[in-house]
Amino acid sequence: MIEEKFASGHSLIHQVDPKIRIIASIVLSFAAALCDNIYIAILYFMISAILITMARLNLQDVIKRLKPVFWFLLMIWIILPVTFEGKIIYQYHWLKIAGPGVMLCLKITIKSITILLIFTALIATMTIASLGNGLHKLCVPDKMVFLLLMSYRYIAVIEEEYKRLLRAAKFRGFSPGTNMHSYKTFAYLVGMLFVRASIRAQRVYQAMLCRGFNQKFHTLDVYQPNRLNSIFLTCILTAGLSLVILEIIWV
Amino acid sequence: MGIEVTDISSVIKLENISYSYPGSDIKVLDHLDLEIKNSDRIGMMAPNGSGKTTLLHTIMGLCKPESGIVKVFGKVLKHEKDFIPVRSKIGLLFQDSDDQLFCPTVLEDVAFGPLNLGFSRQDAIDAARKTLKRLGIHVFEQSVTHRLSGGQKRLVALAAVLAMEPEVLLLDEPTAGLDNKVKEKLIYILNSLDISYFVISHEYDFVKAVTDKIFSMEKGRILTDDDMQIHRHEHVHKHGGHPHSHK
Repeated sequence: MIEEKFASGHSLIHQVDPKIRIIASIVLSFAAALCDNIYIAILYFMISAILITMARLNLQDVIKRLKPVFWFLLMIWIILPVTFEGKIIYQYHWLKIAGPGVMLCLKITIKSITILLIFTALIATMTIASLGNGLHKLCVPDKMVFLLLMSYRYIAVIEEEYKRLLRAAKFRGFSPGTNMHSYKTFAYLVGMLFVRASIRAQRVYQAMLCRGFNQKFHTLDVYQPNRLNSIFLTCILTAGLSLVILEIIWV
Repeated sequence: MGIEVTDISSVIKLENISYSYPGSDIKVLDHLDLEIKNSDRIGMMAPNGSGKTTLLHTIMGLCKPESGIVKVFGKVLKHEKDFIPVRSKIGLLFQDSDDQLFCPTVLEDVAFGPLNLGFSRQDAIDAARKTLKRLGIHVFEQSVTHRLSGGQKRLVALAAVLAMEPEVLLLDEPTAGLDNKVKEKLIYILNSLDISYFVISHEYDFVKAVTDKIFSMEKGRILTDDDMQIHRHEHVHKHGGHPHSHK
């Protein structure tokens, strides 16, 4: 189930037009991802921290959202320092920890957390509907936008259908194992799921036609064009650009 | 200039409609005739698979009949584009509310129809709010549609249909899977409507409470009141001490 925990706030960030927020998050995350200097990466991290503070999000929830990336980072921290070539900073018998490996880990950690925080602050603070609306305004093809909105709406329904099918199988004594019968059963389940999903898609489309759908999606939330949007975008672009220039001069 | 004579009281008229599913010889609708007039409140009770849903979909132009004429508000509808303006005047409540509620929030879903009708944003919101309030479900306005309960979903779907201010309502098993409380609410809502409607249901009590006439379907044709007598038959046989027979 997709939660929109952060979408219902009244902070400054929440008032910025989704379109502006999408642009800002893309620009900032690309700039952060491409930077190669650890100090500048820390500056990006600080910008993302400021954005999170501005969005007035519950810090505990934000950290909970970062959990999957922590696992990924842990794996990197275990593998990279011992496999990297370079100056050895610590040696214990055959285990050698290389300086450049640790540095790379640090950079990856800071950058990935920064990008996630930027997206949490800017994108997770809007509803999926607003996101769709913002993407539409940025000239993303309608089909892509519909795909996003419809997936959001029907993922829960399809999950329910899958659970129902699996339950029905279990009630008749099915217990999954590593044998042909289990594989076959799962293949049937998935096949059935596709069939049902496509039939449902047909019915949903019929229901939309009945209510006068004419290939156009209207949305209710309207963000007034105000000065906040341009100020916000200017700030983000200036910050990003100056950091990029700083890095070029520095190196 | 000739004046086209149309029967104003006839809202929906099906003449000689035949339909069978692609790849099947069995006629789901077989030379079927049906007329729904102004302020008609018709119930339809018929076995599963007798073509009730197909009938409603034919009226909406979602199923194209092999032969016969579909007339809505006196106009013959043949092609997809003929049906488009008519669909907003006929409200169809689907069997599964999940099919009908596809917008993220309740308010957006109810406003979807009015927005398609060309309402301004504010007018659409007002129309949606008014309808939600009328059905007593305005507290769910900002709720996420897929997290509602089955009963709430059905009422929101009904609100979504009513927000377009249809002139006829077609309801496809509106009580399926609902508890008595929601059923009673549905009965109350339907009885307070002043538009004509056509209800498909398997529940005699419900159909009796909301309609004036009850039709049935058999072999792809409609049976009207005159052709049949539906009556409720319920009694307890204690120890089987009083043998009797039914006609």
